[in-house]
Amino acid sequence: MNIYVILKRTFDTEEKIAIENGKISEDGVEFIINPYDEYAVEEAIKLRDEHGGEVTVVTVGEEESDKQLRTALAMGADKAVLIDDEDVEDGDQFSTAKILAAYFEDKEVDIILGGNVAIDGASGQVGPRLAELLDIPHVTTITKLEIDGMDVKIERDVEGDVEVIETSLPVLVTAQQGLNEPRYPSLPGIMKAKKKPLEELEIDDLDLDEDEVEGKTRTLEVYLPPEKQAGKVLEGELDDQVKELVSLLRSEAKVI
Amino acid sequence: MAKKVLVLGEVRDGELRNVSYEAVAAAREIAEGGEIVSVLCGESVSGLADNLIHYGADRVLVVEDEKLETYTTDGYAQALLQVIDQENPEGIVFGHTAMGKDLSPRLAAKLGSGLVSDVTGIENTGGNLIYTRPIYSGKAFEKKIITDGISFVTIRPNNIAALEKDESRSGDVTNVDVSIMDLRTIVKEIVRKTTDGVDLSEAKIIVAGGRGVKSAEGFGPLEELAEVLGAAVGASRGACDAEYCDYGLQIGQTGKVVTPDLYIACGISGAIQHLAGMSNSKIIVAINKDPEANIFNIADYGIVGDLFEVVPKLTEEFKKVLV
Repeated sequence: MNIYVILKRTFDTEEKIAIENGKISEDGVEFIINPYDEYAVEEAIKLRDEHGGEVTVVTVGEEESDKQLRTALAMGADKAVLIDDEDVEDGDQFSTAKILAAYFEDKEVDIILGGNVAIDGASGQVGPRLAELLDIPHVTTITKLEIDGMDVKIERDVEGDVEVIETSLPVLVTAQQGLNEPRYPSLPGIMKAKKKPLEELEIDDLDLDEDEVEGKTRTLEVYLPPEKQAGKVLEGELDDQVKELVSLLRSEAKVI
Repeated sequence: MAKKVLVLGEVRDGELRNVSYEAVAAAREIAEGGEIVSVLCGESVSGLADNLIHYGADRVLVVEDEKLETYTTDGYAQALLQVIDQENPEGIVFGHTAMGKDLSPRLAAKLGSGLVSDVTGIENTGGNLIYTRPIYSGKAFEKKIITDGISFVTIRPNNIAALEKDESRSGDVTNVDVSIMDLRTIVKEIVRKTTDGVDLSEAKIIVAGGRGVKSAEGFGPLEELAEVLGAAVGASRGACDAEYCDYGLQIGQTGKVVTPDLYIACGISGAIQHLAGMSNSKIIVAINKDPEANIFNIADYGIVGDLFEVVPKLTEEFKKVLV
């Protein structure tokens, strides 16, 4: 099987956000594979181990994303591709999907896996957009995946309910929490990853002009929400505290 | 400049979701005095059309087809593309729901349009429509504009207020025939896991538990409180990882991001990853044994104490005052 994973480098979930010169500061920030993409990597490796073939992990992003690609290789992916989008001005999800579609144009694809959302921009657009551009079906927020020949059986999370879906290859799926438990890279895995192929491409290599991939949206401003002030910790006998809380929620906060 | 804006009305359990009314209000903002056209897809949904008009739509297009009884990406995409082709709108608004998230990027890609998703506010500054949305799960926000194509927008439930219902409003309800070709994905079964119908992302009140609930049974008192308040139950990653509850309940940077009117955090320490998912709630109540717990730093009201003592008392007190 030709198995592809699209992944993104993101801030670690425990990072605080600071803004410098109107942009999110990356100073001293730890980066990780977007957690939802990590499920996709794990699932891809399991698929390969069961059905044979090859797992290629692809990212569009900064040069430094090679570290996250190496992590995916250390988990067990076979090949990695980094498409540098530094030259793209005002790139958005349209741009990323368009770049990925150009990359996939001459590839034989059985399945593409990605996360259902990235924890930074959180638009959740790139997967479905890419599927549309490649004219293949997509299934989002999957929690179970079974492939038998060309037949694909999927369970997906729909706001807490489970939908059982049937489709066929080729397909693009996006992972939801619960799909699997991503493995940690083993030491031999990390050693092997250093020798696995990591191809670096630029927009030009995909026969794309910069203006073809210019975004359809533009960010005007990034800002932090007002800091939440610590409120009132109640005191006294517990029964009185409970009474006071209920009364405050009704009369002061007016939420009940 | 007045614009025509479509709104997808989303039906669940035979009713329109509240976020669809909020989407109509959002569309009003985007239309700048233009026409709001709601679209209803399903097998037999025309009875719901008037509701959309009462909440501010000018007219409603009803697309009824047996292939639209259950949502599929292909079925709805084909139906909406035909409606878009017929109506030539300048904008289209969806709820940022499972359906909106699945469908809107696919359509935007097909039409080469910009899409701003998960919008929590819309402002019109000198004719420029500026969309506010959270990033990093609400640790920061960004303001965006759409520069090309039909303006696609998905709005986060509970943030843009629906208009007042006005039953004197009237408007045309028209059936639209579409041809739906093969569906490449088929829904074989839907297994209902949510029991009470209060969805986390749309809930006005959430009672959430963390590691402090100690076991699956430990959620019992929280569920009782939630029932009295008509609230949804949520959880922190700690509680989910410890398998006290299903991942579907997880609130945080991984998991759901929620903005209810009232968030009652029980036995939740307040890790950054959890705060990212709930700190924009209007009022936060923290109940925790540890007076140093981080959750107290963002709570409006706090009670230091054992949740197994505090929560049942709270339930009783609410029962008394809410009858």
